[in-house]
Amino acid sequence: MRSTPPWSIVRELRVKAEEDTDFSFGCPPSERLLETRFRFGIVNLDKPRGPTSHEVVAWTKKILEVGRAGHGGTLEGHPRRSQSDRHSPGSS
Amino acid sequence: MTGILPVALDYATRVLQALLLEGKEYVCVMQLHGEFSPQILETVVSEFVGEIFQRPPLRSSVKRRLRTRRIYSLDILEIDGRSVLLRIACQSGTYMRKLCHDLGEAMGCGAHMRELRRTRTGPFTEDDVFSLYDLLDAFKFWKERGDPESLLGMLRPMEDALAFLPKIYIRDSAIDAICHGADLAVPGVLSLDTPIEQGEMVALFSQKSEAVALGRSLMSAEEVLVKDHGLVCKTQRVLMPEGTYPRSWKSRPRQG
Repeated sequence: MRSTPPWSIVRELRVKAEEDTDFSFGCPPSERLLETRFRFGIVNLDKPRGPTSHEVVAWTKKILEVGRAGHGGTLEGHPRRSQSDRHSPGSS
Repeated sequence: MTGILPVALDYATRVLQALLLEGKEYVCVMQLHGEFSPQILETVVSEFVGEIFQRPPLRSSVKRRLRTRRIYSLDILEIDGRSVLLRIACQSGTYMRKLCHDLGEAMGCGAHMRELRRTRTGPFTEDDVFSLYDLLDAFKFWKERGDPESLLGMLRPMEDALAFLPKIYIRDSAIDAICHGADLAVPGVLSLDTPIEQGEMVALFSQKSEAVALGRSLMSAEEVLVKDHGLVCKTQRVLMPEGTYPRSWKSRPRQG
């Protein structure tokens, strides 16, 4: 197991072979059009106090009119828990 | 509780499994239940850095068996009476409420977590975070006025979520086979991050920096650089739709 956080690991890119890429296929992520971003995008949201992470995802789907969405790590207890005794494990 | 919650759309939900395993950073208010000396708190806190044992709390979504988690750093930002503001960087799956409770036990007086804010999930930090209101405004701006600029700035490419994974860049000709679930072999590799250990999670990328798939490495980066055949990576999650790049393998003629 590593002792340094993943964001401070330094990696070096090493080349094994060289080849040109064909620009008639694919598209660099930075040049994707808005329509494509709805399919391959991530929004970094600031979760407000109150609603569950799951509810925030549901609102995001509604706002952006997308059919499928998911979040990267629950920011409170189990969704089955009632409003009054909601724990905050922080992550998992 | 509040803080960073990256929400992935449609096809991008496939990168979440990688994001869930990324390190997290929190700021939390710990409430101690008795008087304490700041020096002792300092010592106790420093003992919690590194590998710790943690039993998930009673109400949690995982099996409650003792497990180890790594605390990368634990800093006291402020002390106000019995309240202590902490900043924690830790491995995913560390329970902050439990950590505060255990710190309290170690102090002898007991403690609980009063407030929590996540300040980082892997590559996503507070520097570029948006509220749901920002998102709604940006969407309306685009729908009603045809201005996509602010929305474009919020919808980040799913590749951003993979920023901290070791990457392997592959040939155009290898891409569609991977999209169909094939494993990556040595001849398909153009360049790769070092170090990569065998068994580590890696991300396969096109030369245009598009994510192709997530997988588990079958050999170290050093081996890949010297070998001329063999399997490099077991494909576990395809991130690019089939047919994005042309198919360039020969299929066996059908029998009968």
